[in-house]
Amino acid sequence: MAEPAVDVVLVGFGWTGAIMAEALTAAGLNVLAFERGGWRTAPNDFAIPFDQDELRYMWRHHLFQNVAHSTITFRNSPDQQALPMRRLGSFLPGAGVGGGGVHWNGQVWRFLPTDFAARSHNLERYGAGVVNANDMTVQDYPVTYAELEPYYDRFDYLCGVSGKAGNLGGQIQPGGNPFEGPRSRDYPNPPLNQPYGPSLFAKAAASLGYHPFPHPAANMSRPYTNPLGVQLGACTYCGFCEKFGCGNDSKSSPQTTILPVLMARPNFTLRTYCEVMKVELTRDGKHATGVSYVDENGVLGFQPAAIVILSAFMLENVRQLLLSGIGTPYDPRTGTGTVGRNYSYQITSSVNVFYDDKVTNPFIGAGALGMIIDDFNGDNFDHTGLGFIGGGYLGALNTGARPIETHPVPDKTPKWGAEFKRAIAENYVKTVPIVTHGAVMSHRNNYLDLDPTWRDTLGRPLMRMTFDFTDNEHKMSDYLTDKAAEIGRAMGGREIRVNKRSGHYDITPYQTTHTTGGAIMGADPKTSAINRYLQSWDVPNLFVAGANAFPQNAGYNPMGTVAALTYHCADAIVRDYVRSPGPLVQA
Amino acid sequence: MITRVSRRVAMRLGAAFAALLPARAIAETIRRRWPWAADRTDRPVRRDERPGYIFFSPAEAAFVEAAAARMIPSDATGPGATEAQVPRFIDRQLAGPFGEGDRFYLQPPFAKGQPTQGWQMGPPVTVYRASIAAIDRWSAATYGRPFAALDPATQDQALKALEEGKAELGGAADAKAFFALLLQNVIEGYFADPIYGGNRDMGAWAMIGFPGARYDLTPWVSRYGEVYALPPVGLAGRAEWKPRS
Repeated sequence: MAEPAVDVVLVGFGWTGAIMAEALTAAGLNVLAFERGGWRTAPNDFAIPFDQDELRYMWRHHLFQNVAHSTITFRNSPDQQALPMRRLGSFLPGAGVGGGGVHWNGQVWRFLPTDFAARSHNLERYGAGVVNANDMTVQDYPVTYAELEPYYDRFDYLCGVSGKAGNLGGQIQPGGNPFEGPRSRDYPNPPLNQPYGPSLFAKAAASLGYHPFPHPAANMSRPYTNPLGVQLGACTYCGFCEKFGCGNDSKSSPQTTILPVLMARPNFTLRTYCEVMKVELTRDGKHATGVSYVDENGVLGFQPAAIVILSAFMLENVRQLLLSGIGTPYDPRTGTGTVGRNYSYQITSSVNVFYDDKVTNPFIGAGALGMIIDDFNGDNFDHTGLGFIGGGYLGALNTGARPIETHPVPDKTPKWGAEFKRAIAENYVKTVPIVTHGAVMSHRNNYLDLDPTWRDTLGRPLMRMTFDFTDNEHKMSDYLTDKAAEIGRAMGGREIRVNKRSGHYDITPYQTTHTTGGAIMGADPKTSAINRYLQSWDVPNLFVAGANAFPQNAGYNPMGTVAALTYHCADAIVRDYVRSPGPLVQA
Repeated sequence: MITRVSRRVAMRLGAAFAALLPARAIAETIRRRWPWAADRTDRPVRRDERPGYIFFSPAEAAFVEAAAARMIPSDATGPGATEAQVPRFIDRQLAGPFGEGDRFYLQPPFAKGQPTQGWQMGPPVTVYRASIAAIDRWSAATYGRPFAALDPATQDQALKALEEGKAELGGAADAKAFFALLLQNVIEGYFADPIYGGNRDMGAWAMIGFPGARYDLTPWVSRYGEVYALPPVGLAGRAEWKPRS
């Protein structure tokens, strides 16, 4: 069943799909997007008050990818047998229109200028010893912060990010993040109001000489109309934001920033509940002819297109490449091959501060509500003698403290019984959580490939993830956690509890959905799958948008950078590719 | 060129995909419109109001009631799992889609992996059924009685042995994994919205000071140090909120 050809077919319709569709249809291209899930908007799918349901959304995964259909297999090292991730846990990808953009927190960051030069910068400053330790395979991005700045700015204004600039055109601004790269203008909205806990953190951090500032938030501090003319309402701090859809249209998502405009355009078509099987290629494997897909009516279809863009969650993007036979699968024994290379993640830890006399009401929350310090992120501090590279931010975030998930109890409290119950009752409203959010570098044995045993319900091999934290991550995370504890102690509570991240990476407890790499961008086709415009080195009419492009992860939430790279790619397609189809970078 | 797939293969693939979609899933082509229905809201499914248990056998119910009562005991601090009706919550969860593992990947083969590889068992109903039977056999062999008939101190000892994986349950059950599941479900039943059958009268929320499904906390953001003054509210409101006649 072949359909009429389109200019562009999108595989997946979350943030990157919506950004691409808007930018490409605005340029007059005829765009069709496939989404494996259904249409979703607040009034019909996560209306007030039903959106405020911790059991249904967080613990029964109502808006997340259903692993019954398709999951991954996982192991810590290549000598183990990978086994299926039979329940979601460590990370929570989305499914359905809007993807993870419906249930994300709205934490919008830019990477540091030095994050884009992670290899060359660290080599120059700290030498090969530390950069090559732990079989590290860190690479430079093939783009710079300065090149991406206009696209970061575009996403900030699309989303109406609430925040305070710390660096305007090279001038450091009081109250913002003094470590950030220069911005061309301030955030579109002022920061959210800070609750008690974050304010106590900020005071203590400042007293120690650090530089607290409000977390940049795609939660609206006031009503906002974005450059596309789409309106969002002010956030009500209800505390059901991360892992939930916003019933109030106060959190930026594709639905609340792009779709009202995009869906009205005659050159855009969305097909829901259609699962793309793979990218179809010409016989020589050098050109994509379109995608094959299956819909719920039992029909396998073929959608021809001049350009194919993978815009699914990054794990699925990498799997589509492998299933379609595009590029060379990465082999950790030889270090060769590109698809699956440099899978990476993030490492988190926390510290709880307990008060006797201060009621902090941690349930007053929004997805990105809190005060942060960036003094220990990236290369914002001297790593000499520390034995690791990279860093992370730390801060007090009020993201809702919903009670099935959040049990702030003092150290050595049992996990159940009368003492546990008393400890929650006494401490729940008198605590402040401090979180650390650390980078994970790329390493030779952390990678993605296809599993030889388990399959999805359509009979395709599952993605196999091989991943563990190395000494670099543990040293870095311990360092960040010590800093968090130092600030925690300075906050003047009764006691603190330190929750380090130790041992092997565990697939069960929720940590973060910031999985990255596997189809990374680079300057050399031998060590990267896509070029600086997210264009496949092997199939020039194929682009791959997502966090799969990161050569290694940084100590920030990835969506700001994913969006900037996507806009950068869309501009290149419109400006250069359409006029002269072919490789945008000569290998 | 497109790989030609026979109609039969296509049908099989399609059927496999369709079997996993929600009942109302229909592939749609959406162009120049905004799908919206005035009469459709994706409401949560309320608990089954019938009295008694639907999933648990009497022996299973006795075990879950006893274990939940030790995990969150009844005392002056606030409601216990018993008053919060946690066992009924778990029963209704197991009788519903969660019990069948509607969001678990259940394709064989099954293998026992490393602790970092997570859940490697069947759906919750199978795990509950096999584990409770195995625990009662182990309890009878170790303490001379099924778990529910032990005194509270011995029950605590037995639960600790399960938690630490020291109870020998044989091949049919994994003590540690089941304990983790049961404790998680107990905590869920204690703190989830009351529409699911536990957290009766929002007693657990009131105990800790969680306000529940409050729409607007804006006025409280800047009220540093003040105890939140309003009682908790659930998705179905509060018992005393009566519709105006």
